[in-house]
Amino acid sequence: MEFFLQLLVNGICVGLLYGISAMGFVMIFKSSSVLNFAHGELLALGAFFFLSLVTWAQLPVYIAFILTMVGCFLLGFLIEKFFLRPLIGEKLIFVIMLTVGLAAMFKGFILLVWGGNLQTYPEFLPQTMAMQFGSVYVAPVYTATLIISVIFLVAFGIFFKKSSQGIYMRSVADNQKAALSLGVHVRRVFALSWAIAALVACMSGIVLGIINGVNVHDLSSIGLKVFPVVILGGLDSIGGAIIGGIIIGLLETFTGGYLSPSLRDVVPYIVLVFILMVKPYGLFGLVEIERV
Amino acid sequence: MKMDKLSFHPCGNYRETYEQELNIFETDFGRLWMGIFLGLLFFVAPFVLSPYMLYILNTIGIAAIAAIGLNILIGYTGQISLGHGAFFGVGAYAAAILATRLGLGFYVAIPAAGIITAMVGMIFGIPSGRLKGLYLTIATLAGQFIIEYVLIQWESLTKGTMGITLPSPEIIGWQISGDRMFFFLIFISLVCMTWFAVNIIRTKYGRAFIAIRDNDRAAEGMGIPIFKYKLLSFGISSFYAGFAGALWAYYMVSITTEPFNLGLSVEYIAMVIIGGMGNIPGAIFGATFITLLNELLRFVTGALMNVPAIASMGLNMAPLREFVFGLAIVLFILIEPKGLAEIWRIIRSSFRLWPFSY
Repeated sequence: MEFFLQLLVNGICVGLLYGISAMGFVMIFKSSSVLNFAHGELLALGAFFFLSLVTWAQLPVYIAFILTMVGCFLLGFLIEKFFLRPLIGEKLIFVIMLTVGLAAMFKGFILLVWGGNLQTYPEFLPQTMAMQFGSVYVAPVYTATLIISVIFLVAFGIFFKKSSQGIYMRSVADNQKAALSLGVHVRRVFALSWAIAALVACMSGIVLGIINGVNVHDLSSIGLKVFPVVILGGLDSIGGAIIGGIIIGLLETFTGGYLSPSLRDVVPYIVLVFILMVKPYGLFGLVEIERV
Repeated sequence: MKMDKLSFHPCGNYRETYEQELNIFETDFGRLWMGIFLGLLFFVAPFVLSPYMLYILNTIGIAAIAAIGLNILIGYTGQISLGHGAFFGVGAYAAAILATRLGLGFYVAIPAAGIITAMVGMIFGIPSGRLKGLYLTIATLAGQFIIEYVLIQWESLTKGTMGITLPSPEIIGWQISGDRMFFFLIFISLVCMTWFAVNIIRTKYGRAFIAIRDNDRAAEGMGIPIFKYKLLSFGISSFYAGFAGALWAYYMVSITTEPFNLGLSVEYIAMVIIGGMGNIPGAIFGATFITLLNELLRFVTGALMNVPAIASMGLNMAPLREFVFGLAIVLFILIEPKGLAEIWRIIRSSFRLWPFSY
């Protein structure tokens, strides 16, 4: 029972991480219906940037954090401006392949600059954030993750439902041409959504880095694990990303704990294929009825 | 056929019948050049080139077969597969297992491996029946990981990380081994596969694929059973991947699970995009480009490692390959999305129209 509880808590914590990693991804999909295969590399870029600021430049943590945020926001803008803007209106396959190419570029760049070894951040989270429920221990990072994901969830919920920019984003995602003809500034919407998504990505990269250490290969594989998460939750649902993340996280830890550790990394993809066959729009995704 | 004389290309489009539209060679000049090219390829190249050059040519040939298959799926049917690296692996393993366990000859094992891969591929193609566009890409991404896992974990069949060693292929007591012999095996296969691909595009199946790519709703409206054709296209393209994988397994003699990762899948897609989507010769151009780029980068990074200044800084130059590779994909998409085939066409037509081009 204790083992079960520990697995349960671990699963939820890992799942929350997947959830917040997936949020940036959903953000981009929601506003521009682009599947971003470079998401894992964006996570890694944020994590490494923060690492350099903290260990090499010796900046205080909160300044480094703010600088990373600003840097990633700008990076998102630049990616959109130089790589994705020329492709507005092009076929989807070009956009997808472009992100695949970007992923390879970023990965090569990170490996060149920071190398492929595992690196760790210095300790900076206060121990008071740790929680103890009976025999189950929750590390401070996980508490921080929970807080961060709730903040983001609420903020994005309000942003997409209430703010005008959020509504523009939804309209662009729904129908680019119609939005354009109604006077929505599509280019600005794209730029903003990439910037925000990059920001969210780097945030989750930092959180992941605190827990597992920073390593390009791990982070880029998490970038791919985002796919089962978002498909399960529904490609365009931010709340769904969190719930999907938790389900996938639980599934992984339980398979790892009870069945076999090697199956752990593949289970999400097996589930993915089943969901695609049975309920392709996921739990909370918008169902497009089109029988073609 | 009116154009069937030894004439030059006309400057405009003077086709009058559908048959002319469907011609593979517009003029006999094209046929002649193709004949000369094939003659040089088969009767001169293997006897003058060094073993290293032959090895590169063979690698290009194998990659080209897989890329042609993927082009049928991506370029003609408009579905994206991110699992072709794994399908290539399935072909390689299928051939290896058929050859070692059942003792089948290569002339049976290679096509059989293709068929097995086609069936495996179609399983992952099923989601395309319900959904369009991106979902198939994601399903094949899952396929990539699941197949990799199965290849590593199903030890009783695949010997896991130990790998399998294949016997050298033999036909009527005649052993095929060495780069030159494999050159003939690979390039005869490539010519057959190219011929098959070019022709399937001219049949009703090819036209259905193109219709689905251009507008799936209209295609359905005209009575094309979309699911069936998407699955068929997926099967054909997996067959090509499996066939190429089987050839590769024989060529490499011993295979392990490592090479069949997501990176390989991306490489094949890069070949299709860089070569030119919806263009069979384009796939061959793309395969050539990527293989040469790979070799060149290996050479350059190797040379850079030996420069004392870089070596002493402790910089690892190997990731440069990945970077340049990604850059090549990005630049082609941004600058020439129709790929090398389009560049080739522009060069040719500018020669043809030379003094009086518009």
